[in-house]
Amino acid sequence: MKGLISSKPPRARLFINARVMDPSQSLDIHADVLVERGKIIQIGKNLPRKHSNKDFKIVDCKSHILTTGLVDLRTFTGEPGSEHRETIKSASKAAAAGGITSFVMMPDTTPVIDDVALVDFVRQRANEKSKVNILPAAALSKGMTGEEMSEFGLLQEAGAVAFTDGRQTVSSAQMMRRALTYAGDFDGLIMAATRDESLGGGVMNAGFNATRMGLPGIPREAEIIPLERDMRLVAMTKGKYHASTLSTSDSVDVIAHAKDKGLNVSAAVAAANIALNENDIGSYRTFLRLSPPLRMEDDRLAMIEGIRNGTIDAIVSNHDPQDVDTKRLPFAEAEDGAVGLESLLAVGLRLYHSNDVPLMRVLECMSSGPAKRLGLKCGTLKVGAPADMILFNPDSPWILREDELHSRSRNTAFEGSRFQGRVLKTIVSGRTVFSRDF
Amino acid sequence: MAKTDQKHKKSELDAPAFQIPAPNLKHLIGIEGLSALDIHFMLDRAEEMVEISRRVDKRRPTLSGRTLINLFFENSTRTQSSFEIAGKRLGMDVINMAVAQSSVKKGETLVDTAVTLNAMQPDLLVMRHHAAGAAELLAQKVGCSVINAGDGAHEHPTQALLDALTIRRKKGSIEGLVVAICGDVAHSRVARSNILLLNTLGAQVRVIAPSTLLPSSVENLGVTAYRSMEDGLKGCDVVMMLRLQKERMAGAFIPSMREYFRFFGLDKSRIALAKEDAIVMHPGPMNRGVEIASEIADGVQSVIVEQVEMGVAVRMAVMEVLQQSRQENAT
Repeated sequence: MKGLISSKPPRARLFINARVMDPSQSLDIHADVLVERGKIIQIGKNLPRKHSNKDFKIVDCKSHILTTGLVDLRTFTGEPGSEHRETIKSASKAAAAGGITSFVMMPDTTPVIDDVALVDFVRQRANEKSKVNILPAAALSKGMTGEEMSEFGLLQEAGAVAFTDGRQTVSSAQMMRRALTYAGDFDGLIMAATRDESLGGGVMNAGFNATRMGLPGIPREAEIIPLERDMRLVAMTKGKYHASTLSTSDSVDVIAHAKDKGLNVSAAVAAANIALNENDIGSYRTFLRLSPPLRMEDDRLAMIEGIRNGTIDAIVSNHDPQDVDTKRLPFAEAEDGAVGLESLLAVGLRLYHSNDVPLMRVLECMSSGPAKRLGLKCGTLKVGAPADMILFNPDSPWILREDELHSRSRNTAFEGSRFQGRVLKTIVSGRTVFSRDF
Repeated sequence: MAKTDQKHKKSELDAPAFQIPAPNLKHLIGIEGLSALDIHFMLDRAEEMVEISRRVDKRRPTLSGRTLINLFFENSTRTQSSFEIAGKRLGMDVINMAVAQSSVKKGETLVDTAVTLNAMQPDLLVMRHHAAGAAELLAQKVGCSVINAGDGAHEHPTQALLDALTIRRKKGSIEGLVVAICGDVAHSRVARSNILLLNTLGAQVRVIAPSTLLPSSVENLGVTAYRSMEDGLKGCDVVMMLRLQKERMAGAFIPSMREYFRFFGLDKSRIALAKEDAIVMHPGPMNRGVEIASEIADGVQSVIVEQVEMGVAVRMAVMEVLQQSRQENAT
């Protein structure tokens, strides 16, 4: 898939004086990068400053970090069906501003993306409107009702990168078993939400805070039980499974145990769950009503340790645009979700600045790790790979203001947060899709 | 001097009786955040209101000309009337919004309702809502004072204050008393507000309920949890019963009404375990034969009717204190 349609191929460029970091090759050198026809041609020190192409341009990176563009495994948009919350175009703008060059678009739209024609629609809209690569995920069950399998083979041929019921947890063990078994024949990836519907009907983490605020709680077990069930099913079916968003320390243990047993599983954590805990909800701030919910501080720390030691494979934005009509309500009546495309990198960098996780590992969890799990060519700076890159300054301080967001919805969990590290340039297939003065 | 004083006098709140500064309170959303001093200030003021309410002429027009809007998203005849009477005795113009039949039913959100009402320049908004946090949200969106008359399972501060006034009048002081709160603590805003208030004033609070009706980490609220009435009632000065909502009786949290009454209903033999002079309270309306036996509800130890009387007095006091605080902040 390409970004913006343009008849002209992107011009050749030489990025000089960059700290080049590529987690896929553990590369961290001061070098130049030559990009031509949308691909990475050469990485090296002191590359020739002259080129036969007339449009050739040199970009001085001023020692900032040039790395692979971020790949986000969990983004919700509102197109089709809820364009007032987010369109493919506005989501792509937000992604570009956040340094995300590819994102998996969740099938939770109206209608649900459960059919070849709808996957085609998303891809076509992406081609027309999107600055970044949009990778459609298809519904695991028809209409996301958890009853009948969707056409995995045909959907995959049409370009679906994974199968998921998005926000919904597959409640039937039999359904999950068959999906894992059947998708296995196509090497298809099942991405699953893990929040038991009956047990997890609350609105925030169960515990003292929920009790104090008089809100129904979501016990940790609501996540652990379906996750443990799914691990059993993966062992039984030899399927390929990805846990979309972990939130409890026990869930990290479950995944670690499954990986020890050699199961084909991976797991992600939402950026909010590594930066915030339930105390941040304060006095019923609905923008911090999230799914999975913000948990305790110990859980947050377990997420970070999971990222560091490799149990958790990806950090995702869990971008879920909501409008005032679904958020400016009493906490218990509001919808879950927060936008996250534009804060993903900065939240990830907090782990680096706090000396919890090496920078290379943080970048890996947001780019090459997820790309590898999806089996994509992007997420690397290897010669011949698509020139999906970002240039960022890991140290520049900034404050997130909701009115500066590119997303059509403003429901950020990080309003007024202080961050360190910001995207300067986002390049998709050799074209600059976002840039900021530096 | 006297003349200029007369000129500046905006209402009777400026009268010498009000020269003690009120606690700095813009709204009354919950007991959380109130100090023991704030609570006693309001209870002392409420004592005056009790006297006034027992007179033939019950007017105390300190807040005349001001507007009170009652906004009840959940039907509650008693509480709404209590606020209405309180407002009227203070000389306010009281409007009851019939929310159940209004635009809210047509899909208007709480915030839109709040903004609309705010434009009508009320001085006090009293709200009951089925969602926890609703009062807080309302308070953020309006310019006037908000009194929370119950928001979901969060808080119901005037109920806790009226309970405290009732106890204080009966027992002299709240400090050191052993108070048992019995019943559906998990879903009760009355329990939360009472636990907070009684702890602030130095009582020992126990909760008694089947485990399915106790919220998680309830001990962290500063109470001792008991799973049997026999253990929990021993040595209590105050027994506070909670109302069990009908929809929670059949199967989901407890198996049946009769099983609940058998193990958690307050009857003669159980009240005998408490201190001889223990008082029995209930926020009403009661389910006779479910959480409380009739002979106890109507018995000598019951102060349930007095609670209702104290309700009006406490609400008058809260309204006056909020307005006084607002006036002090304005000048």
